[in-house]
Amino acid sequence: MRVRFTVNGQERVVDDVWPGESLLYVLRERCGLPGSKNACEQGECGSCTVYLDGRTVCSCLVAAGQADGRTIRTVEGLAAGERLHPLQEAFVDAGAVQCGFCTPGLLVQAHDLLERTPGSPTDAEIREALAGNLCRCTGYEKIIEAVRRAAETGAGQ
Amino acid sequence: MTRAVPQGGAVRGGIGDSPARPDGTLKVTGEFAYSSDLWMDDMLWGVTLRSPHPSAWIRGIDITAALQVPGVHAVLTHEDVPGARYYGLDRLDQPVLAIDQVRYEGEPVALVAADHPETARRARDRIRVDYEVREPVTDARRAAFDPSCPRVHEGGNIVRHQPIRVGDPDAAAATAEVVVTGEYEVGMQDQAFLGPESGLAVPAEDGGVHLFIATQWLHVDQEQIAPCLGLPPEKVRLTLAGVGGAFGAREDLSMQVHACLLALRTRRPIKIVYGREESFFGHVHRHPATMRYEHGATKDGRLVYVKAEIVLDGGAYCSTTPAVTGNAASLGAGPYRVPNVAIDAYGVYTNNPPCGAMRGFGAVQACFGYESQLDRLAEACGLDPVEVRIRNALSAGAPIATGQIIDMPAPLDDMLRRVRAVPMPPPADVTDLRNLPGGVSNTTHGEGVVRGVGYAIGIKNICYSEGFDDYSTARVRLQVIGGEPVALVHTAAAEVGQGLVTLQAQIARTELGVERVTVAPADTAVGSAGSSSASRQSYMTGGAVRAACVAVRERLAERARQRLGRTPGPGPLDPDLVVKLVDGDVIEETREFRHRRTEPLDPATGQGNSHTQFAFCVHRAVVDVDVELGLVKVVELAAVQDVGTILNRVALEGQIQGGSAQGLGLALMEEIQVADGRIVNPSFTDYLIPTILDMPPTRLEILEHPDPHAPYGLRGAGEPSTLSATPAIVAAVRAACGRPLTRVPVRPEHITGR
Repeated sequence: MRVRFTVNGQERVVDDVWPGESLLYVLRERCGLPGSKNACEQGECGSCTVYLDGRTVCSCLVAAGQADGRTIRTVEGLAAGERLHPLQEAFVDAGAVQCGFCTPGLLVQAHDLLERTPGSPTDAEIREALAGNLCRCTGYEKIIEAVRRAAETGAGQ
Repeated sequence: MTRAVPQGGAVRGGIGDSPARPDGTLKVTGEFAYSSDLWMDDMLWGVTLRSPHPSAWIRGIDITAALQVPGVHAVLTHEDVPGARYYGLDRLDQPVLAIDQVRYEGEPVALVAADHPETARRARDRIRVDYEVREPVTDARRAAFDPSCPRVHEGGNIVRHQPIRVGDPDAAAATAEVVVTGEYEVGMQDQAFLGPESGLAVPAEDGGVHLFIATQWLHVDQEQIAPCLGLPPEKVRLTLAGVGGAFGAREDLSMQVHACLLALRTRRPIKIVYGREESFFGHVHRHPATMRYEHGATKDGRLVYVKAEIVLDGGAYCSTTPAVTGNAASLGAGPYRVPNVAIDAYGVYTNNPPCGAMRGFGAVQACFGYESQLDRLAEACGLDPVEVRIRNALSAGAPIATGQIIDMPAPLDDMLRRVRAVPMPPPADVTDLRNLPGGVSNTTHGEGVVRGVGYAIGIKNICYSEGFDDYSTARVRLQVIGGEPVALVHTAAAEVGQGLVTLQAQIARTELGVERVTVAPADTAVGSAGSSSASRQSYMTGGAVRAACVAVRERLAERARQRLGRTPGPGPLDPDLVVKLVDGDVIEETREFRHRRTEPLDPATGQGNSHTQFAFCVHRAVVDVDVELGLVKVVELAAVQDVGTILNRVALEGQIQGGSAQGLGLALMEEIQVADGRIVNPSFTDYLIPTILDMPPTRLEILEHPDPHAPYGLRGAGEPSTLSATPAIVAAVRAACGRPLTRVPVRPEHITGR
């Protein structure tokens, strides 16, 4: 089947999609956008988190056909060209990135938190917002630190 | 061995700094190429048919129907393995593809390559295997000690029995004033790295193959893959693809040989990516253990003897079971002075899932046993749990149970005092449900919630032990690019997330005084770096990079003497001088670095200098427990760890915090549940790892007592926090609920007693 959507501002037409393919598979294997990750492909880990029409979803749980005609933003669409988003910078600087496999999903989810939180979120709010994103390397401490730092720079404003 | 860090005008981003990870930007933009991201135009997808039975004879395999599926390019069985049909890290006991029998649920039986992963899966489902199912061996104690138990392998079910004998524990038992005993159990933990097993195998024109792979040790993969393919090692070239975590689970082969077989057969690139469920069957896990401990002491809590029996279930294949057993034995008495010891550690074959390396590697299981015992001893003697540990703690110059003297700093009593002195967190604010056990499930508003505090300490060996020829290789090239000196560091060391790429560059900056350092991709074009395991890479590959840099400096100094008639001083090199000496040329040196030799343990007494270095971490856990519902909220973890020398504080803290989180997981939630040899919960829905809501704030105190034997005085730091977090949390939960809690992970019914 054919699927059309807008991803990171670009219109894409993808042909020969098998109806059982997820949005994650189409992004990774057919659109050359492997940034969204495939850690569990069952909606438990959050590593595949993307914006779908402005709301964060696990792209592994979205059938490719459901994305037809809609707008998607992935981790590849967070930076403004060569310039990293402050949240991305904070993740690198704070040591929130180790193996990095959880990082794309966490960035999208944390980006959403900052976008909808006026001022700086509390630690409890950060934890609640990121509760669906598993990280196996860091113990989360430096992820919280990175989100705090990004909020201080006014990243969400 | 110790050489001071070159002083004077330190270079930015050198040892002691925390420069940004060189792979950090790619990882936050989504461009970093993990092994599951690789893609080639003409590639095919490989999938694996696995055994549904934990134990069965194979009477026949019919691939006819699978081959007829349009889009299928190859279907392979054991008959298609051109070389050695068995491989393994220690014993060659694991078939590339099952031959006449399967020994665990999930054992690979056949492979399919097709142009779409779903096509490959559908073809796989059409392979017919005729099994004659056997009764699986699932009880490790029975496998070890019951002579009527069927043998999983011909040589018998005991993979290794390592005794430790010191003094006369029976005589000491007669005089001990206080005796405490306990039986403990550790469940099967999964490494649960997030990046699934995956890679891309590309056939080469010379008949060889190039494998892009996420692994912990490229050369040991190459050593195992090449014979199975019937190829010389130089025709099996490996490049490290992006690794999404490891924690021991990538020490053994998973899909490496399979992808290469399919690539060589189809002459097309082959991509294999496991799904999460398959991943639970596709790698080894932490050995589950059952342990019996008996500690005797004077009435003031000084240990006079320890007896222990530790049975580790290695599952169907050997993997690293012998080394795990050696660790459990040699470290089985913990970081304590004990004059009389009798420990017997057994590693055993069963038809359960194969077990091997996971962070802490045999030391984790023993630590839960001996630390639970120290708490019992404290209670029996009426002592504070920290005090009983201080009274028995090892220090530099004292022997562990193997007779090996700790010839490096071991400030355990200081560490214990420090962790006790960390200010306590305030009581939970019960007006916010998120602070309570059960959280927003709204199971309590504070009623039935009891606070508990627990302590634990662990001892972990660093680097490979027991006489293993452990080394790493580094090649360092110095050249001038655009008028500036630039260093290139090339090793085969696996960056698995820990920050080794950062550290290699830091060392080169410090040793050469050059700011611009590039770390080349890890591959088999340079000598082995050994494994990213055993907390060893800072020590070993760090040592190799330093040695190669020193050799490059010596070449520079030689040139300076010859051309300029002077010798550069010990500080960072003057960039202008480097440019003058190197311009238009390259200076390249390769060095191997070995740690000091270790010895095998005596097979009868377990005595010997088997370890290279010891590392220690102490934890204090504070928990709130809903004792009516059996729910736990960990409020805070405080840790004190001695790391010798801090090389990169940010990366180091990440190791201690991440290791603590895995210890928390083992304490409270993580277990692969196995029933009749079958995994019941192979998913992240049912196998729970700590989320950001489960992991509390950590308070770290990092001590620096340099080890005179180690490069820069460093002490391996990746594993120790994983040991002590688990028993500290369980001790805290015990303190809150008053129940013995002899098994991890602790379940709600253990806490409530119902």
